[in-house]
Amino acid sequence: MMKIINIDKQKWAGGVESLSKSYRLFGPVKDVDCHNFKELKQGEQPDLSYGNTKLSPKSVVFPPSEAMFTYSLDESNPEHHILKDVPKDYSPRAVLGMRPCDAKAVSLVRMNFDTPEYRDPYWMDAYEATTFVGLACENPCASCFCTSTGCGPYNEEGLDVLLVDNGNAYIAKALTEKGEKLLASGGFTDAGDASAVDAKKAAAEAKITAKIETDKLSEKVIMDLYDAPFWHDVAFACINCCTCTYACPTCWCFDIQDENKGCEGVRMRNWDSCMTPLFTMHGSGHNPRDKKHQRVRQRFMHKLKYFVDKYQKGIMCVGCGRCVQQCPVNLDIRTVSKTMNDYVAKS
Amino acid sequence: MQNPYKAYPVRIDSIDVATEDKSLRTFTFVFLNPEDEQKFAYESGQFAELSIPGKGEIPIGIASSPTEKGFVRFTVFRTGLVTNHLHNMKVGDIMGVRGPLGHPYPLKDLEGKNIVIIGAGFAFTTLRSTIVYMLNPENRSRFGKIDVIYGARNPGMILYKDELTAWEQRDDINMHITVDGTDDPSWKYHTGFVPTITEKVAPQADDNTYAIMCGPPMMLKFTKPVLDKLGYKHENIILSLENRMKCGIGICGRCNIGKELICKDGPVFTLAQLKHMPEEDT
Amino acid sequence: MDAYITKIKAISERLLKDGTVEAVIGFREGTLPTMSEPCFIKRSDDVKDLVWNANCRINLANYLTNRKEKIAIVAKGCDSRNIVNHIIENKIKRDQLFIIGVPCKGMNDKDTGALQDNCATCTHRNPVIYDELAGDLVEEQTGVDKYADVKKVEAMTTDEKWAFFNNLYASCTRCYACRNACPLCYCPTCFVDESKPQWVGKGEDPIDVRTYHFLRAYHCAGRCTDCGSCEAACPQNIKVRQLTKKLEKDCAELFGWEAGLTLDKRPPLDTFSIDDPNDFIK
Repeated sequence: MMKIINIDKQKWAGGVESLSKSYRLFGPVKDVDCHNFKELKQGEQPDLSYGNTKLSPKSVVFPPSEAMFTYSLDESNPEHHILKDVPKDYSPRAVLGMRPCDAKAVSLVRMNFDTPEYRDPYWMDAYEATTFVGLACENPCASCFCTSTGCGPYNEEGLDVLLVDNGNAYIAKALTEKGEKLLASGGFTDAGDASAVDAKKAAAEAKITAKIETDKLSEKVIMDLYDAPFWHDVAFACINCCTCTYACPTCWCFDIQDENKGCEGVRMRNWDSCMTPLFTMHGSGHNPRDKKHQRVRQRFMHKLKYFVDKYQKGIMCVGCGRCVQQCPVNLDIRTVSKTMNDYVAKS
Repeated sequence: MQNPYKAYPVRIDSIDVATEDKSLRTFTFVFLNPEDEQKFAYESGQFAELSIPGKGEIPIGIASSPTEKGFVRFTVFRTGLVTNHLHNMKVGDIMGVRGPLGHPYPLKDLEGKNIVIIGAGFAFTTLRSTIVYMLNPENRSRFGKIDVIYGARNPGMILYKDELTAWEQRDDINMHITVDGTDDPSWKYHTGFVPTITEKVAPQADDNTYAIMCGPPMMLKFTKPVLDKLGYKHENIILSLENRMKCGIGICGRCNIGKELICKDGPVFTLAQLKHMPEEDT
Repeated sequence: MDAYITKIKAISERLLKDGTVEAVIGFREGTLPTMSEPCFIKRSDDVKDLVWNANCRINLANYLTNRKEKIAIVAKGCDSRNIVNHIIENKIKRDQLFIIGVPCKGMNDKDTGALQDNCATCTHRNPVIYDELAGDLVEEQTGVDKYADVKKVEAMTTDEKWAFFNNLYASCTRCYACRNACPLCYCPTCFVDESKPQWVGKGEDPIDVRTYHFLRAYHCAGRCTDCGSCEAACPQNIKVRQLTKKLEKDCAELFGWEAGLTLDKRPPLDTFSIDDPNDFIK
C-alpha cells in the first residue's frame, strides 16, 4: 500500500536539513540565469520554484566526466600500467524535486546500463545509491510533450517519492520502500490525503497541448525509414553540435579517454554525442557516418525506431522539450517524428 | 560481478613482424595473474580490447585459438594512436587485455558441415584462430570438408606464412592462397583478387556448406555476388564486421548499425541478418 | 519585414525558375515562436516556406562552406560580411553566389525578446555585398560604443579578470554549438578533435574548457564579424563574444581593420605588412 504523507512547507527546509545528515542531496539550484541539478552544499536548499532545468538530472548517476581507473606510467612503480579502481562514494544520495519526465528517462536509460550480459558498475552503483524524489509538474513549459510519450506531469515511473505542490503543503506519495525510508529520515511523518491529486493531475495534463506522433513508428520497417528521402531536408539546418544530446535525459552515449599528467593518469569516461564525426571515425580514417544527414538520421532513428524495436517500451524520449527549446537551429524532434510516422515507403 | 571495463594485466611475451612492410606485428601476451587466463575463456571469432594505460584501448580480433594455451595472441595493423604506440612497445612491457567480447563464429552449429573460409588482407586473424581450432586433433573430425581462400596484396603481405605452408601439406584442408599481383617468378599459388579465385575454387553450395568471410569492405562487396552465383544461401554466409568501438560491451552507443550493436550483437552476423540492417555509409 | 519576405520569395522564385541558381538558402518558419529554421529550397514551389523575421539570427554563411552548386543566399549585414570572408578564404566562389541582401535592424534574443547584444551596437546593418536587395537600405547606427563591455574587463585587475573568466565558462558543457554555428569555424578537424597529437583533454577540466574557448577566439581574430551566432547558439547562455570582441577591438586599434568589408584585402593576421604594429616586441 502506498503511503501518503503531508509535508507542511514550513517543515520542508528543516526536513531537507535532516536528510542531508544521511543523504548526499542533489537538487535544482539557480546558477547565472537558469536552473540545474547540483549537489547541494551544507545548508543549501533546492529551489523547487523552477520551471525546468537546462540540463537534465541524468548527471547525478551519469556525470559528464567520470574517472573509471587510475594508473601509473612510472616503471619504477611495481604496479605500473595496471588499472586501479577509483574510490567512489556510493553512500545514499537523493535527488530532490526532479521532474517526472526525467525520472522516466532514468528508467529507460537503465535498460542500457543494466543488461543480462553486462552491468555497468558506475551507472548502476550510483543509480542504486539514489532515492529519486520527484516534483509533479504544475506549469509545464510550452515545448513539453510528455503526455504523448507515455509519460506525464504526474508520472510515477522511476520515482521513489512523488511530491505534489498543494499550496501550503506538499502531498508526498511514497512509491517504494526507498521512498518511505527517505520520508521517515526527513522527519516527514504526518499522514496525508491524496484526494486532491487526481484533479490537479488532470489540470496539469490538460495544459500540455504539444504532441509527438509516434503511433505508427513500431510498424515501420527500419530499412524503409533509413532509406527515406527526407533526411537531407531534416538535417540541413543542423550544425552538429551536442546541445540536444547533452540536454537529453535519455541520451547515454559516452567516450573513454586516458588523460595523463606526468607519470600518473586517469581513464575517464565523458559524455559523447552521435552528432560529432569523431564518434564513429575508424582508426583508418574511414567514417561510416561522415555526413551530417547520416548523423542526424542516427539520432532520430535511435530514439524513434531502433529503441522502439529493440525494447518494445515506446520511444527513447520522454517529452521534456529541452532539445526543442535549446536547439540553436530549431530542429524539432516532434516534426521529425511526424515525418517518420507519416512516411510510407514507395513499393 | 567483475567490472567489465577493467582489463586483465598482461605482459608482452613476444613481438613478431607479421608482414614485410612491418605494418603488422603479432603480439603474444601472457596474463600476469594465471587465473585471469581462465576468466578470459574465448572462442574463435571473438575480439578483445587491447588496453594501454595512458593511450587508450582498441578492439582487435583474437588471432590465437582456444586450443592454444598459456597465452593470447593478436596481430595488429599500425594505424591510429593506440596501435602506433603498441608497435613501439617492447617484450616485457605491461598492458591490459579486456574481454573476450562479442559473439564467436557459430562453430558449434557448424559441426558436420563443410566450411569455406574466405579472408583477405589483415582480417585473417580470427579466421586463423578458427582454422587452428578446427584442425586440432580433438576437433577435426567434428567438421566436414574445409576450404580456405586467402588473399593478400602481394606475397610479402601474407600473414602466418609458416602455418599456411604447413596447412598446405595436409590432406584434411584445401588451401587456396592468392595475391593481387606479384613479380616473384617463384610464386606458385594463385594470382588474382579473392572474388575471382572464390569463383574458381569454392565448392558448389549445398545446405551442408557454410562460408565464413572476413576482409576489407571491397573484398566483401565483390565476393557476396560470387557466393550468390555459386548458390550459397544468405543464412549460410557468415561475416564478421567492425566499427569504431569504445566499451565493447554494448553500452557506449557508437558501433551500431541499425538497432544492432556490432560489439555485443556481433561482430559476427549472417548475410541474411545483414540484409535487414543499414549499411551506414549511404 | 513583411515587405522583405514578399521580395525574398519573389527573387527566390525567379532565380529557381530561370535556373540562375539550383537552391536558395534562407529561413523557414520555426516550431517555436522565437525560432526560425535555416532551410535549403530547391523547388520554386517551396519558396512559399521562406520567412524573414527577428528570429533569423543564425549566420547563413555557415551553410555555404565548400558548396559546389550555384546558390542564392539570404544575407543580412553580418551574413554578407561572412560571405566576404568565405570568398577571401576560398570557401565559396563569388560567381557561384546570388546574394539576396536584407537590410537589418537587428535580431531578437531568443530568451528575452530584446535586441541581441551584438545587434544593439552593430554598425553594418546593411549588406556589404549583394546582387539584389530585399528592401531599402537602413540607416546605420552611429555613436554606439561597441566595446563598452570589453573596456570593463580591460579595466579589471588580474585577479578580477581571472574570476571573471572562471565564471564566464563555468557552465560550458563543450557542446561546441558556438564553434559549429560560427561560419569561420570550418576546419576539417578542429584542434580540440585532434588525437595525434591531442592538444586538449576532453573532460570537464576548466583548463581544457578555457583552452578551447581562448584558442577558438584567437583563430577568429581579424575574421570575426560579431554576427552573434555563437552566443545565439549557446544553450547555456554563455557570453562567448567577450573574447572575440576583445580581439575585434584589438584588430580595429592595431590595424584599423574591420572584418568582411572588402574582397580586396586579406585579414591582418593573414598577411604581413611592413607597417604592422610591432610595439609588442620590446
